Amino acid sequence: MKPIEAVNDFVIKFANVNGSGSASANELFAKAILRMGVPVSPRNIFPSNIQGLPTWYEARVCERGYSGRRGGVDMMVAMNPQTWDADVAEISPGGYLFYDSTRPIPASKFRTDITVIGVPLTEISNNAYTEPRQRQLFKNIIYVGALSVLLDVEAEVFEKLFAEQYKGKEMLLESNVRALHLGRDYVRTHLQAPLGIRVRRADEVGDLIFTDGNSAAALGCVYGGATVAAWYPITPSSSVPEAFQKYCDKFRVDPDTGRSNFAIVQAEDELASIGMVVGAGWNGARAFTATSGPGISLMTEFIGLAYFAEIPVTIINVQRGGPSTGMPTRTQQSDLLSCAYASHGDTKHVLLFPEDPYECFEHAAAALDLADRLQTPIFLMTDLDIGMNQRLCKPFAWDDTRTYDRGKVMTAEELEAGKDFGRYKDVDGDGIPWRTYPGTHPTKGSFFTRGTTRDPYARYSERGPDYIYNMERLCAKFRTAADLVPQPVLRSAAHATPLGVLYFGSTSPAMQEALDVLTAAGIHIDALRLRAFPFPESVDRFIAGHEQVFVVEQNRDAQMHALLVNELGVDPARLVKVLHYDGTPITARFITQAILTHLQGATASLKEAA
Amino acid sequence: MTYLAKPRLHHPTLTHNKVGYTRRDYEGRISTLCAGCGHDSISAAIIQACWELDIEPHRVAKLSGIGCSSKTPDYFLGASHGFNTVHGRMPSVLTGANLANRDLLYLGVSGDGDSASIGLGQFANAMRRGVRMAYIVENNGVYGLTKGQFSATADRGSRSKKGVVNNDSPVDLVGLALQLGATYVARSFSGDKEQLVPLIKGAIGHGGAAFIDVISPCVTFNNHSGSTKSYDYVRQHNEAVSRIDFMPRHSEITAQYAPGEVIDVQQHDGALLRLRKLHTDYDPSDRYAALSYMNAHQARGEVVTGLLYLDPLATDLHLSLNTSDAPLNSLGPTELCPGSKALEKLNASLR
Repeated sequence: MKPIEAVNDFVIKFANVNGSGSASANELFAKAILRMGVPVSPRNIFPSNIQGLPTWYEARVCERGYSGRRGGVDMMVAMNPQTWDADVAEISPGGYLFYDSTRPIPASKFRTDITVIGVPLTEISNNAYTEPRQRQLFKNIIYVGALSVLLDVEAEVFEKLFAEQYKGKEMLLESNVRALHLGRDYVRTHLQAPLGIRVRRADEVGDLIFTDGNSAAALGCVYGGATVAAWYPITPSSSVPEAFQKYCDKFRVDPDTGRSNFAIVQAEDELASIGMVVGAGWNGARAFTATSGPGISLMTEFIGLAYFAEIPVTIINVQRGGPSTGMPTRTQQSDLLSCAYASHGDTKHVLLFPEDPYECFEHAAAALDLADRLQTPIFLMTDLDIGMNQRLCKPFAWDDTRTYDRGKVMTAEELEAGKDFGRYKDVDGDGIPWRTYPGTHPTKGSFFTRGTTRDPYARYSERGPDYIYNMERLCAKFRTAADLVPQPVLRSAAHATPLGVLYFGSTSPAMQEALDVLTAAGIHIDALRLRAFPFPESVDRFIAGHEQVFVVEQNRDAQMHALLVNELGVDPARLVKVLHYDGTPITARFITQAILTHLQGATASLKEAA
Repeated sequence: MTYLAKPRLHHPTLTHNKVGYTRRDYEGRISTLCAGCGHDSISAAIIQACWELDIEPHRVAKLSGIGCSSKTPDYFLGASHGFNTVHGRMPSVLTGANLANRDLLYLGVSGDGDSASIGLGQFANAMRRGVRMAYIVENNGVYGLTKGQFSATADRGSRSKKGVVNNDSPVDLVGLALQLGATYVARSFSGDKEQLVPLIKGAIGHGGAAFIDVISPCVTFNNHSGSTKSYDYVRQHNEAVSRIDFMPRHSEITAQYAPGEVIDVQQHDGALLRLRKLHTDYDPSDRYAALSYMNAHQARGEVVTGLLYLDPLATDLHLSLNTSDAPLNSLGPTELCPGSKALEKLNASLR
């Protein structure tokens, strides 16, 4: 078997044990490749566990910048005896196996169609260090050093990264550099390097930044003016409020007084966290919570209250595999329906679908504006794949002239001047009523907020006409929302085509790659990336303009497909479901295959008909 | 309920308080509760307390859950913003509201079903966090709106109107509040306005989590013999351990007391709260002594009322979060947005 030869285009997977300190070593490896000017997209594949269970780090090195998961493994760094057999089996024929050769492993445990590279990592580490924890941690750096020679990554790049990371901590800096060179020296002395797969300096990273969606969403909440955050820990969303805390500590503490311009509460459960957000929103502060599917289930009663009583709320849902506890550490887009129609009775909610950390930042800030403008819950629908993995994306940007849109809030002056105030009255024709903050005026503008039905002046009423007026106004408001949310992004094919594809969120990089592959194969498809629900008219037009529209999503039940059929009245026969839901991120290979299979099937059945 | 609306016109002889309001300015809509309901007496006590404290009604936010008691905020302080939230969740909504604007006074009204059953967790955690509010539970031991089922505060052995005996242990909200860190804990009776009004005033002026459990008989479903939450039962077993005299700021103190008889406490709002002990062996400044005293008397079937515990050095959630003096809902981009320069630096650190 001929070894795989590929420059700046391969997948390397690290098989580690949870809690062994491998995460930072693996991240160092990925960052070094970025510093070589070559895009890389890593993914953590981890169990719901803190210590002892297997964990993987899969990094795709791709000069063309595709950041979707590719599928297949060109090189396995097998550091976990528990998963050895499966890890070795996963390597593509012609690929490479890197392992710790300190202890002999029987020949039967290897394959003949791959290149096997043994480095006695434990031995090198134990000879150099005496303390057990150091031996463990530096073993990780030693394998990074060894890999750097095998894959032709410059030592200076690592040295610079260490220098940045351990600025002012000379001892740590020195010992890390030493460990790196222990690995490098061993390979140079004992092995053939570089391998057929390798990294070559390029200039494809530019000013892109490398960050995760959860941090980005938290930063968006800081820039967007959120002051109250209430949350309950749940994978994979906990790092959103944690990052919010970190950024607030940095940016939101008044330098003169030392006091905080924010309040973060870790609540007793999701019911309390959404309750606090509702209370804060009612009282005029921008507030958000972050959670995942099970948390949404618990919050639904409050979500209905916020919808009906019209209270601004921002909910960041970092989706994971459902139903029930499901796959807590795997990714899916399977909460679309439970969020779009959350709570009993007739309800509809605004959803935003960011594609990467850049949009997590943008959409989080936009969500806070939209919540105030529309006085309703806004869901930021990210997922584990974007939320917890670092991704190359556009640098964050902020226009300093931008103000916060606080929506229709009647002031004491307006009330004093005798402006009519009907809390649930549509005076502007857009379905959005005016509100007042508690404490505004001594005699005017107070009202009683409730989840029961009311007349336009917020007086309790179960009269049919009052109820219908209110429910119709909420529909009008939802139509207004369609124009205010982030609009879809069209990527037109080079040629006119009867084929279209709709996709959204974390599917984006895999879809971009699939479109390139399909175009190269002569298949032209217009693509529309949905960025929000409710759907603007352009979505309807796009579907109407194509004979067949693929709907690509990461769930079993085609939830986006259901939303399109339900909300736009599209003939389901025109939509083709492309569904990926095994918990791993969708790949370009999967999408391409699904579309090709469908088209070939269609051709076959046409021939049959003829 | 009464269908006769009181005329909106105020009688010219009605007394104005220091902020220029008469008692009637603190009223709300007409109650829709049953005639004789204890809850209406509590609403009247709240009106009286706010008027006497010279509070501007619009500076109060009144929040409640679901149930008969939670309907009452509509029946007092009509010029205040009110929020009838979801069942058992008033504490979290109030917590969020309080975080958004620390300058308002927060009044949380709840019932025994709302706070001791479905909302027990939220009740407990609001007490733990020390959210500054007056939290009033209108406790009648039954679900009134759903027609007379037992609630979690019904005493073991008490009988429902249909004759069913309750075999479950009661949840004691006062005991829980004491254990969980509330800094002002009281129990009262809706039929004792003289005791209740000062207790509400003390709770509103308190600087932290203030909790009052008010036994409030349900005239329709829980006022029969065999009930331990009836007017008769509470009147016969009421054991007041303290009385509050409430003195506004800068008032002259003239009465003389023997040492150990009174405790003077400076309230958060500057007023002076004078606590008269009615039982010599009762110490309301000792959390654990208060708890065991109450337990011992409760075991004998007595309903211990009055201000049961008071920590004059109340702390609240804003103090522990170190939030700015300016209400968070008043801050704009200048205070909140770090701006593009900071973002460029942050971008550079992510390369």
